[in-house]
Order: sequence, then structure tokens, then C-alpha cells
Amino acid sequence: MRVSGGDATMKVKVRLFANLRDYVPEAKIGTTLEVDLREGALVKDLVDHYQLPAELVKLVYVNAIYREMDFQLRDGDEVGIFPPIGGG
Amino acid sequence: MWILRIDMKELSYKLEDVPERYRLLYGRALTSQMIFDEVPPLCHALGPNNKLVFSAGIVTSTSAPTSARVSVGCKSPLTGGIKEANAGTSWAPDLASMRIRALVIEGFPEQGEKYWGTFISWDKDAGKPKVEFFDATGYTGQDVYDTFPKIYERFEGRISICSVGNAGEKSYGNSGIVFNDQAKRPSRYAGRGGVGAVLASKRLKFIILNEKGSPGVDIVDKPLFDEGRKKMIDAIRSHAISKPKGGLNSYGTAVLVNILNEAGGLPTRNFSSGRFEGAAKTAGEAIFETNKERMGKEIYNHACSPGCIIQCSNTYYNTDKTERTSCIEYESTWSLGANLGIDDLDDIATMVQLCNAYGLDTIETGGTLGVAMEAGVIPFGDSKGAINLIHEMGKGTPLGRILGSGTETTGKAFGVRRVPTVKGQSMPAYEPRAVKGIGITYATTTMGADHTAGYTIAPEILGVSGKSDPLSPEGKAELSRAFQATTAFIDSSGHCLFIAFPILDIASGFEGFIQECNGVLGTNWTAADIVAYGANVLKVERAFNEAAGIKAEADRLPEFMRLEPLPPHNQVFDVPDSALDAVFKEM
Repeated sequence: MRVSGGDATMKVKVRLFANLRDYVPEAKIGTTLEVDLREGALVKDLVDHYQLPAELVKLVYVNAIYREMDFQLRDGDEVGIFPPIGGG
Repeated sequence: MWILRIDMKELSYKLEDVPERYRLLYGRALTSQMIFDEVPPLCHALGPNNKLVFSAGIVTSTSAPTSARVSVGCKSPLTGGIKEANAGTSWAPDLASMRIRALVIEGFPEQGEKYWGTFISWDKDAGKPKVEFFDATGYTGQDVYDTFPKIYERFEGRISICSVGNAGEKSYGNSGIVFNDQAKRPSRYAGRGGVGAVLASKRLKFIILNEKGSPGVDIVDKPLFDEGRKKMIDAIRSHAISKPKGGLNSYGTAVLVNILNEAGGLPTRNFSSGRFEGAAKTAGEAIFETNKERMGKEIYNHACSPGCIIQCSNTYYNTDKTERTSCIEYESTWSLGANLGIDDLDDIATMVQLCNAYGLDTIETGGTLGVAMEAGVIPFGDSKGAINLIHEMGKGTPLGRILGSGTETTGKAFGVRRVPTVKGQSMPAYEPRAVKGIGITYATTTMGADHTAGYTIAPEILGVSGKSDPLSPEGKAELSRAFQATTAFIDSSGHCLFIAFPILDIASGFEGFIQECNGVLGTNWTAADIVAYGANVLKVERAFNEAAGIKAEADRLPEFMRLEPLPPHNQVFDVPDSALDAVFKEM
């Protein structure tokens, strides 16, 4: 899958969790999706790509580090996206 | 309100008025204060001088939402220090409704081979609770899933049950006290610290309550209480984590598996990595989807206790639609899953069921099996072998008795260096090298390693109450201290700790929480007052531990966490000792 917007592209690995999976049929449990993004794409571009409701996107971890929506992704990054969750 | 003392030496009981100094103490605040006041700190935890104290919270048995918690306090046979373990169960409001502020089990029967049960009911004519004793020896040595139905059959009317399983009867440091859930399952555990062994040491197998006809609790300022209650309900029902069909109601506490794994903080194969390749198969989403497939419909979670509107307890079903276990918590699917390199959810569910059946704490059990796997007793990933070892624990084979003594003892028996304990208690499901604040809580809490004592995971991982960097030690001593003090108050209020998610984010919910308590007690507490109340609870617990020989030097994580970098972040636990010491010094 490719997100348009520039000539150069990069590949990002994505995992969606909890009820965010409902918005992306191919996001099965334990599945890592691979998406082509234009170079320089931000986390929010990735969220827009999957058309995830903004109010449901609470936490984004990139390569095991929490990142904000304006964080710039790089080729090969692994991204986990979560709605608000809690437990204990 | 009374303090009800049951003397197991004389098989007698007495009711005392609640002394003025205990007037505002409930739940954890009262159990810890009474243990401090009455139990010699250097006594043997399973000897005649230890006591067990049960107390429900300030708002328990009122219509306050999600507030049916009971605290169990004693000197712990696992840590040697003070212990408070709590559970959500109908037993809690039933105790409070009979106006029993504290139930104290003391003394030691002369005939050690005999076990007893007590039946506590409301004596309408006398206007107070009464206690009857019965011989319970015939119920020992059994699966608690077999004994509970027999007790429900024996006693008429709606009863609540408190009991102990084989693990307690065998004096294990790993043994909990079990209470009934809403479907009469023996599945709600005050699990940690060996409280089950203390109850069994008194030769008390059952504490059965029937509150029929009891007056319930007084509420001094009903309008204020109602105002607070409404704010609490609104906060719980609107927050994404706690609302109906929200994160907890849909996926249970096990929804945390994936986020801890993504954050590199899911302890894997006895704390040798922060990521587990099979994590997703063991998470709340997998439980939900497996149930959906097997039952042909979406199954949302249920309440563990009356009046809970969060309802986070799951049931896990077999392919033939029969029940395999209830409930698979985050801590359990982690301790018996990632921590053992196991990703078979059916086998994890079997292990949870066996822990409940034998009376074992799932966290301590998983921690112990992780150390046993490290020692080569069985390989990592061997779920059938792990099931067999739990059976050995339950049946009390020589190997099972070593394992039942807990993670630290098992580490010593097998010469293992990587032993994830603090003050003798096994660590829960968050890696201190990847989440520094929770490491400070593990190190400094009076309880031994315990995530619930100061749940800094909320801001460090979950973005609740702001967001702080989990890898940074900066400011984390203050964070842990604040969470520990507030938690000590929540544990005294009778509310489930999960109210923290909505009330930390929604100001009116926090306000309502305090109004509920002020309404019941007639106090004028502010936010600062409840933090001070909690801090005082901690100071009392700390004083007991110091007198028991557990001093500031014990507020440390095991050495391997300072020596071995943990993948994927490749960090060690780098919080300076001065920061650990500051948690209590500056309280």
C-alpha cells in the first residue's frame, strides 16, 4: 500500500491494537502491516492513511519509544498505535 | 460499628466498640494500623502472635460505584514485613453492612490437625452480629472449586465466602485468601504475600457471611454523598478506559500486554528481555477474539463484585462453549505467558484455573516458574511442564513445596542469580529497566515488589494523568511517592484502584471521590488531606517493617537489574539509591 505525496518512499511496519483493528480489516491479531509512505511522513500521516478516528488514537510507540503525532518517521520504523487503554 | 475478634485458641468471639483513634480508619488504613498496634514485628508470621485483620473501605456497602473491596492485613510469611492484600467481592459489603469495621482472627487452636469454619450472621434480636463455629476438617485438601458449592449447599440464603486452598494449608509463602465472585466462583483473591498461609495457620478454613437483616452503613451527609457518587459515575461512564464497552470492559486488564510489549517493558523469559514475540497471542484482544469465535458472539466482561460499573472480569471459554476459567488478568497472562516464553492461551487459562483451585497467587507462581525454567527444571516455553509443576505445588510434592515457598526461595534452592524479587516478593508485569518509575515503586513500597502500590504506569506508559518518559529516572521518586500515598487512601476508601483512570483525568470525578468519603464520614477533607491520610498509612507500615528488621537497605532492586542491559532498550536500572531513599525520607 502506498501513500502518495512525493517521489521517494519508505516502508514502515504498523501494528494496530484494541478497537483500532475494527477500522482496518487486514489488521489481524499478531499481524504486522507494511505500508509505503512518502519520505518525511509524520505519525499523523500514518494515522490519516488508515483513516483512524483522531479521538481514538491515544498512544503511538515508534521503535518502542512513545512519540507525538508530529514525529517524523524513517524507513524501517516499527509503529504500534493504541486507543486509550488501562489495566493493572 | 464494632471490632469483631475471633479467638481460634478458645473458639470464642467478642465485639468491641471501635476506639476513637480508629474512627476514620477503614480498609488498608485500619488493617495496617491494627497490625502495627497488635502484632509483634519479630513474631513468626505463622505463629500464635500474628493476626489477620479484615476491613472494608469507607464507602463499601453504600451505593458508591465500584467500591466492594476488602483489605486483608497481617505480617507476611513471604516478605517478613507488613502485608495488605485486597479483593473485590460481595463479602466486603456484607461485612460492612453488619457494621463490622474490623474482623480480627487471632490465637492458635491447641489441636493443630483440626480446621474450623465460622458463620457470621446478623442477630436481629440482639441487634448485632453473631458467630457460630463448625468443624471444617472434612473440607481440607480439596480444590476450592469443589468446596465452595458444598458450602453454598450447606448454608441457606445469600452468603458470601472467604476461604483458603491447599497452598495455604501447606503454609506456602505463595498462598492467597479466596472470596466468591458474583457467579459463586472461588476466584477473587487477596492473592499476594502468603496471607492464605496465615489464615490456615489459625486453622480457619471458612469465614462465611450472611448479612440478612443487617442495618447497613450510616451516611452522615447524604446529599453530599449523592453529589459525589453522581460525579464518580459520570466520570467512570465517560472515560474511554472505564466506560461500558471501553478498554477494560471489552478486553479486560490483559489489554496491557501489547502496549507493554510495544514499549519494550514486557518482562520475558524470567526478565531477560522486554519483548515477547508471542505477546499478541496472550493479550486481551486474543481473549476477546477467541471467545467470539468459540461462542459465536462478542462477549463483554462482567463485574467481580456488586456495584461495579467498570466490569473488567473476563471468562475464557473452551471450543465446546464450556468455561475454562475466569478471570485471566493481565498479570496472570503475563506471569504464566511471556514470563515463561509461553504463548498458548488455552494452557495459560488452565494454569490460571489451577492457581485459583489450589489457592496460589498467579504473579508469584509465574515468577517462581520463570526462575525454575532459568534453572533448567523445565525449558522456557514448555506449557505442559509448567502445568505439571503447578500440580506439584498444589499436591505438595518435595519439588512443589520448594516452588510454593516462592520465587526467592526457589532461586536460592536452584542457585539462580536472576531472581526478580524485592523484599522476597516476586515482581509483577512491568520491567523496571524499561519503566523506571514503577521500579522505584517496586523497590520502596512496604509490600515487596507490587505494581498496585504506586501505579506510575498510568503516566509512564498509558498517558493517563499526563505523559512522562518511562526510560528517564528524572522526577520519578516524586511521582512514585505521590502515587503510593494516593493509592494508600484509595485502598482505604473501598474503591477499586481502577477508579484512578477516570478520576486522574476528569477533575469532577476526583472531586466526587472525595465528596463521597466526606459524605459518609462527615469530614471536610480536601485533596491534600487524602494524600496526607495515605502518607500516614505508609508511615505506619514503614515503621512496622523497620521494627521487623526491614530497613531502607531493603529498598533496592536485585543486582542483576543494574548489571544486565535489557533489550530492546538495552538499559539497566539507573535510578540512584539516593532517589530511592528520597521516596520515604521526603514524605
